[in-house]
Amino acid sequence: MNPLGMLAELTHRCPLGCPYCSNPLALEDRADEMDTATWIGVFQQAADMGVLQVHLSGGEPASRRDLIELTRAASEAGLYTNLITSAIGIDSDRLQRLKAAGLDHVQVSIQDTDPALSDHIAGYAGAHARKLALAEAVTGLGMALTVNAVIHRANIANLSGMVALAASLGAGRVEVAHVQYYGWALRNRDALMPTPEQIDQAMQEMDALQTRYAGRLVIDSVIPDYYARRPKPCMGGWGQKSLNVTPSGVVLPCHAAATIPGLTFWSVRERSLADIWANSPAFEAFRGTAWMKEPCQSCSLQTTCFGGCRCQALAITGDAAAADPSCELSPYHSHMQELAHQASGGAYAYRGRKEGTAVPAR
Amino acid sequence: MDEPVLPERPRLAPGVRLHFDKTRGAWVLLCPERIIEAEGPASEILKRCDGTRSVAAIVDELAAVFAVDRAVIAHDVTEMLTDLAGKRLLAS
Ligand code: SF4
Ligand code: SF4
Repeated sequence: MNPLGMLAELTHRCPLGCPYCSNPLALEDRADEMDTATWIGVFQQAADMGVLQVHLSGGEPASRRDLIELTRAASEAGLYTNLITSAIGIDSDRLQRLKAAGLDHVQVSIQDTDPALSDHIAGYAGAHARKLALAEAVTGLGMALTVNAVIHRANIANLSGMVALAASLGAGRVEVAHVQYYGWALRNRDALMPTPEQIDQAMQEMDALQTRYAGRLVIDSVIPDYYARRPKPCMGGWGQKSLNVTPSGVVLPCHAAATIPGLTFWSVRERSLADIWANSPAFEAFRGTAWMKEPCQSCSLQTTCFGGCRCQALAITGDAAAADPSCELSPYHSHMQELAHQASGGAYAYRGRKEGTAVPAR
Repeated sequence: MDEPVLPERPRLAPGVRLHFDKTRGAWVLLCPERIIEAEGPASEILKRCDGTRSVAAIVDELAAVFAVDRAVIAHDVTEMLTDLAGKRLLAS
């Protein structure tokens, strides 16, 4: 089985300070980032081993001066190129050059519909206006746009407004992305976690939105983990469908895998991508079902959900080989629910800034 | 709910392209954040969605290629294109 998708974290640098950022607490330095030629080699290897889509991400990928060159190389290698951006650093001129380089699709995240609240959440003045400008430029050039609406306590009541904004921007697709509590986001869990009442309301709204926008806008949404009854098939199974390359070239089975202690990760600076995919101890660790414990070991859904997310199992139960506690059959399920129910809101912790900035009332 | 309207001369939406996957020896439709298998007849239909051919022309060409009743092909083509349009994978 060869991977279909690759997340290329071109850099961890980012001008924004989203409290829900799932990148690790300790970011990789610019000095450790792979250079242009090394990344191009990675794209070619990926295409050769059957990867079809590459997601150019970060950090903010536009922080790389060679973004256009990298996009062109990925595209010429035959890969479908998807740019995942906060919009900062991509003006319409750069966007046109990215299009000419073969960029297939752009995904822009939005924080809310209210500019002041949006900028507060992003930790960056003027971010909202730039996001709207980029989204309009993307559709203006006739390119495909996905709007990624990141949902949490401060904006979940405005879910319908955010979807309407995505539609008005001409997006073909909107991702209703409930915050996932990895990396920096875990630190802000209390501040970001919606209340049970908010979740109920949002789920009802989702049904109405699906009906309202059917055939016009694809709305992809999943139930937020802390309020779910069964886990998501994280990554379509560990080491089954996709891989993740960090700015310095470390290859991970998923974005947050480096949080799992005891795993040995290999780097594309030392080995080929195909070798890493097939033989890296980190990929082998949770591939298939042999590593599973109860309740997963004897569960009929084990090849449907693959036991859920290893990083979430670790974060909540302390054991990366446990069932994802978002599963009702996990002994930690009620503990996870309590964590959500007890969340008290409050101020965000921003990277590299003093804590205690208040969330403005809506 | 709006029924998706079939464009007169179907064309794949921006961000959607048909690709031959050499590793797996199969046609696939590459879309934003997803990959759809396009086996056999599906790829033959999709190859012709280039914005120049009408739906009827696509059906005619396929009827010439496959030894299948034209009405059956017309049904399959319409069904598939309607499904794609509903998923926003055809340009409108
Ligand atoms: S989540 Fe926000 S802060 Fe983190 S990399 Fe993305 S844009 Fe930057
Ligand atoms: S017990 Fe394990 S395999 Fe079964 S549904 Fe729960 S997480 Fe998935």
